[in-house]
Amino acid sequence: MALDSKVPKGPIKDKWTDYKNHINLVNPANKRHIDVIVVGTGLAGGSASATLAELGYNVKSFAYQDSPRRAHSIAAQGGINAAKNYQGDGDSTYRLFYDTVKGGDYRSRESNVYRLAEVSANIIDQCVAQGVPFARDYGGLLDNRSFGGVLVSRTFYAKGQTGQQLLLGAYSAMNRQIARGKIEMFNRHEMLDVVLVDGKARGIIARNLVTGEIERHSAHAVVIASGGYGNVYFLSTNAMGSNVTAGWKVHKKGAYFANPCYTQIHPTCIPRSGDYQSKLTLMSESLRNDGRIWVPKNIEDVQAIREGSKKPTDLSEDQRDYYLERRYPAFGNLVPRDVASRAAKERCDAGYGVNATGEAVYLDFAASFIRYGTEQAKIQNIANPSEAKIKELGQKIVKAKYGNLFQMYEKIVDENPYETPMMIYPAVHYTMGGVWVDYNLMTTIPGCYAIGEANFSDHGANRLGASALMQGLADGYFVLPYTIGDYLSEDIRTGKISTDLPEFEAAEKEVSERIEFFINNKGTHSVDYYHKKLGKIMWDKCGMSRNSDGLKTAIEEISTLRKDFWKNVNVPGTATEYNEQLAKAGRVADFLELGELFAKDALVREESAGGHFREEHQTEDGEAKRIKEFQFVSAWEYKGAPKDAVLHKEELVYDNIEVKERSYK
Amino acid sequence: MNLTLKIWRQKDSSSKGEMVDYKVTEISEHMSFLEMMDVLNEQLVNAGEQPVAFDHDCREGICGMCSMYINGEAHGPDRGVTTCQLHMRMFKEGDTITIEPFRAASFPVIKDLVVDRSAFDRIQHAGGYISVNTSGNTQDANATLIAKKAADEAMDAATCIGCGACVATCKNSSAMLFVGAKVSQYALLPQGQVEAADRVRNMVAQMDLEGFGNCTNTGACEVECPKGISLDNIARMNRELMKASI
Repeated sequence: MALDSKVPKGPIKDKWTDYKNHINLVNPANKRHIDVIVVGTGLAGGSASATLAELGYNVKSFAYQDSPRRAHSIAAQGGINAAKNYQGDGDSTYRLFYDTVKGGDYRSRESNVYRLAEVSANIIDQCVAQGVPFARDYGGLLDNRSFGGVLVSRTFYAKGQTGQQLLLGAYSAMNRQIARGKIEMFNRHEMLDVVLVDGKARGIIARNLVTGEIERHSAHAVVIASGGYGNVYFLSTNAMGSNVTAGWKVHKKGAYFANPCYTQIHPTCIPRSGDYQSKLTLMSESLRNDGRIWVPKNIEDVQAIREGSKKPTDLSEDQRDYYLERRYPAFGNLVPRDVASRAAKERCDAGYGVNATGEAVYLDFAASFIRYGTEQAKIQNIANPSEAKIKELGQKIVKAKYGNLFQMYEKIVDENPYETPMMIYPAVHYTMGGVWVDYNLMTTIPGCYAIGEANFSDHGANRLGASALMQGLADGYFVLPYTIGDYLSEDIRTGKISTDLPEFEAAEKEVSERIEFFINNKGTHSVDYYHKKLGKIMWDKCGMSRNSDGLKTAIEEISTLRKDFWKNVNVPGTATEYNEQLAKAGRVADFLELGELFAKDALVREESAGGHFREEHQTEDGEAKRIKEFQFVSAWEYKGAPKDAVLHKEELVYDNIEVKERSYK
Repeated sequence: MNLTLKIWRQKDSSSKGEMVDYKVTEISEHMSFLEMMDVLNEQLVNAGEQPVAFDHDCREGICGMCSMYINGEAHGPDRGVTTCQLHMRMFKEGDTITIEPFRAASFPVIKDLVVDRSAFDRIQHAGGYISVNTSGNTQDANATLIAKKAADEAMDAATCIGCGACVATCKNSSAMLFVGAKVSQYALLPQGQVEAADRVRNMVAQMDLEGFGNCTNTGACEVECPKGISLDNIARMNRELMKASI
């Protein structure tokens, strides 16, 4: 099947408006007879569920957690971008569009990104209307901060808990519809397959995670909003339960999977401390507004710090290497994430890592304490303030901005970041790749949509900070509710889809057989044993930098591991009870397939772009080197084993932006 | 560290539960409490036994999923943290640690340490929202000024993660801190005024219907709340309820 991105014609700034004016609508009376399934209740799924229900569709929403409010969007910290230009610093829809395309290293679809920038301002209006308590200044206006890869302040925030507040906003909108009976909520349920009838997505098979019951649910369209697949690395900033299963199941039924190798390794996470570690914790990128990143200039100081004979605060300014400010003077500590991560790795690989494992750099707030403190002393009319007083005043400001992050750091690391610099290291955070979708956000299965992190569309090879929240809500509130109507307009006479159809029967049988296999296998190794092994292969060979040999080895190793898993995995308990190991076994089985496709995609992409860094393709000073021939989206078609997956290319055309070297110097 | 764990085991909601003793060895002080539980579960799985079921997800203290009652305290002995952020450095060699589910009549046990907190969702369905459609056709976000103090206080209330520690801690199993937090968030913002009276009435009615107790001003909830939600929110809720009744 040829890929058709269905991008409407016309000038980019009119595309979305014109398109909306001409697509088919479903009248309100008919909407009442149409059902939509939404899998996932994060920012994308939650907002889509609420909006579709408001429009009048019957929505069935699914979450594996015990409440929609717990979806992992809740953990997003720093903020959400919007081209409001409230700060009057020259921001515009075009600039947000430009920054996002450039930030994505010219590997995203122009029309989708422009639409995202266009609706971004609406998101803020909407969220304020629904009671999201964004930060404000003393005049009562909304406050903004800056994020990586941009030269304006367009990020709206609610302390370091922006994702939480936006998700609770979407959750509140859902609650209103749940109360009206327009959303039927299925908590503690996991989607285990999509059901196709006459080639269209018409329902799902789900498992009740409390009772183990397998359920059939039908609908006229299915929306996948199940987030990213960062947990293929085992260790990531994702929630423990985050998984690729929903996306992978639709892939296996015909949805192409795009750019699996585009992964974001976030520069500011708390370094790992031991083999028992179950997850990594992010320290918001917003900290780079006020924190300066450095390692010691001299290797002797590194040794002394590791041995404990010196403290970081003992080092004078000229003994420190603020390597981001040195290498990228224009953007400094606010370079995009991929650039900051690789720079940290470069320093640590060269031996300058400051903790016992050699995998940590400093994030230092001392300078901002002074800067804010001096300003406060002036504001408060304190004459000749002492250094201690300035520091105290400054710390108060920093605490108001990032208090919860500092507290989180202290609880985990057991060091006070107000007194000594934080230690950070990159960790897997977000996946730009995902299910391929067209301009309507529809996958290559008719009637099956993918939104938010689950799709591939807007971030290219690297996502800018504070853009994930923007995309999730844009897709769910403002894009999908329009585009899905165009498709559903053909279903006004279809009537309810029966779950007694043979297609449901067959899908349920397949799901049940797999569950029975896990329960009856009685193997020798736990599910986590395999997940950790897979994670290590991924991190070592498909991590921050990749090369041909490593990727080839990874493909072999993952394939061997997968065979071993299907022979020797051990799942205790039964299928008819609350059984977390059983749920996990299914998720890891899917990761073991995705992991191999991931490596294959990375091997085929013979260039460096954004988060995908191929060692063979770099400039003289170690920057990523894009190659013109790879200006396409890799969309993989499932053909059985991952090695047999077939590559389809969506060529990327840039009519409104000049493709040039991505420099932050 | 070598530790003895006394853990509540309960097959399902209809079975009777009991405390069961387990030993774990070589626990690092840098582990989180849940990583220690992972070690125990890996041990149990490898021995062919059923692992201990417990709720957890984000493991960074924000999703509100984790919920253990550790040595008689919701989320354990540390302050301002959820169980997933509790670290083993809070314990010492040879300790015996008692681990129970959050106990309240309105939070029935599903299995082991997993409880059903859907009552919280139902309270939110009763009024935890502002009735504005998500079409985006609202006024500009800066059209209504909101004093920084009000926005900050609303944010402090909105920071509730819905974990249920307040209920588990309260001798009356009261949910008033949880409900008060949501009522307060909207009561402090201009957008929440229109429906304020209905909201507080409906949410409180649902809270009572779910069987949660009343507040007797002990303040244990505030102490145990991982997000430091202030008791002021209960006072504000009562004031709102009073206002709505006259």
